Amino acid sequence: MMTLEKIAQELSLEVRTAAGKLGREVTGGYASDLLSCVMAKAQPGNLWVTLQSHPNIVAVASLLNLAGVVVTEGVAPDSATLSKAEEEGIPILTTPLTTYTVVGRLFALGISGVER
Amino acid sequence: MSEVTRLQELAYEVKIGDVMTRDVITVEPQNTMAELRNVLRDHRISGAPVLENGELVGIVSVEDLIKALAAGEMNARVGEKMTRNPVTIRADETVVTAIKYFNRYGFGRFPVVNSEGKLVGILTRGDIIRGLLKQLELEYHREETLRYRVSHIFEELISDLTSITLRCRVEAQDFESAGEASSKIKRALTRLAVPPQLVRRAAIVAYELEMNLIIHTTAGGEILAEVQPDRIIIRAMDTGPGIPDIEKALQPGFSTAPDWVREMGFGAGVGLNNVQRCADEMLIESPNAQWTSVKVVIYLNHRHRPAEKAA
Repeated sequence: MMTLEKIAQELSLEVRTAAGKLGREVTGGYASDLLSCVMAKAQPGNLWVTLQSHPNIVAVASLLNLAGVVVTEGVAPDSATLSKAEEEGIPILTTPLTTYTVVGRLFALGISGVER
Repeated sequence: MSEVTRLQELAYEVKIGDVMTRDVITVEPQNTMAELRNVLRDHRISGAPVLENGELVGIVSVEDLIKALAAGEMNARVGEKMTRNPVTIRADETVVTAIKYFNRYGFGRFPVVNSEGKLVGILTRGDIIRGLLKQLELEYHREETLRYRVSHIFEELISDLTSITLRCRVEAQDFESAGEASSKIKRALTRLAVPPQLVRRAAIVAYELEMNLIIHTTAGGEILAEVQPDRIIIRAMDTGPGIPDIEKALQPGFSTAPDWVREMGFGAGVGLNNVQRCADEMLIESPNAQWTSVKVVIYLNHRHRPAEKAA
């Protein structure tokens, strides 16, 4: 198991919100840009990798009790997303890397997907 | 696992001022090392801050004492043997900062100061452990009391069928507020001590139905969550346009969402399938495709559940 803080360091992710919640253990990863797929598959404590950045990603992460959201490809989340994420205590981390690369690096760190 | 996680969260929430020892045993620079030995022994402590006219000037530990003993310098002054300008930590910092300090410096204790730099306490690793455990215990009691109170609502209010209904209005095309209705429902169910696995299923149902109201209706609609002693009923109702072919709407991947909605990651055509998967019972009505009503039942009790559903 690895904390979100450690993952953020290893992948040089930029922590945009909820810096106080990085101590959480990440239970696995999930990647998709389709919100209903995330709702169906992502498990509590998972790290979600996506290039969506609108405020609803916070609602999804909060409803599923996810550890955090990595927004890829240099997409800048809008201020409504950031303020909502801060309010809900959902860490949003950004990176210029592609989703593919982020997932590959997460696997290399031992963060695997949850198939069910 | 969840206990460990909560403990880690607490480290970010609890302030050093809440866990430190407030009654600090201090010594003065002009005390001898022999006097220090008595102070440490009498109070069963392994170090003490050194104060001169109320100002923190150093810290002295049992290690300094042992060195003095070995060198036969028990008459030396604490002021000569102490560590000057000790590393201090502020009472308003969080415990996680203290943990970092302990790891970084390897010291056994840190003098705690307020914003004016005045000594207000002392912090050891033991203080942190005791403080966090106490906090966990407090939370546990609070949760137990809460659980007791809400779970008894149904027993205290006598009727033939007592239920609590949460009603949330959802506006069409309001993507900014998307997820708010389901978040409210999730919070309320948690407060009502519904088991987490069932809260999760209800939250997924509420979210997908909420999104359908936002994406597909002309005038929005309402989500109702009704909690009865043995079941949760979630209803979504709107005023149109209705679903012409419900069977088709239930096919995974079938979607009538416009492209701009899909670009946001909505309207993938699996929302109703998610609802179905999380529901013990689901009924969709859309007579003459004028309006739509979706009713979902999730049973709180395993015995009432028709078939075991995977969450």
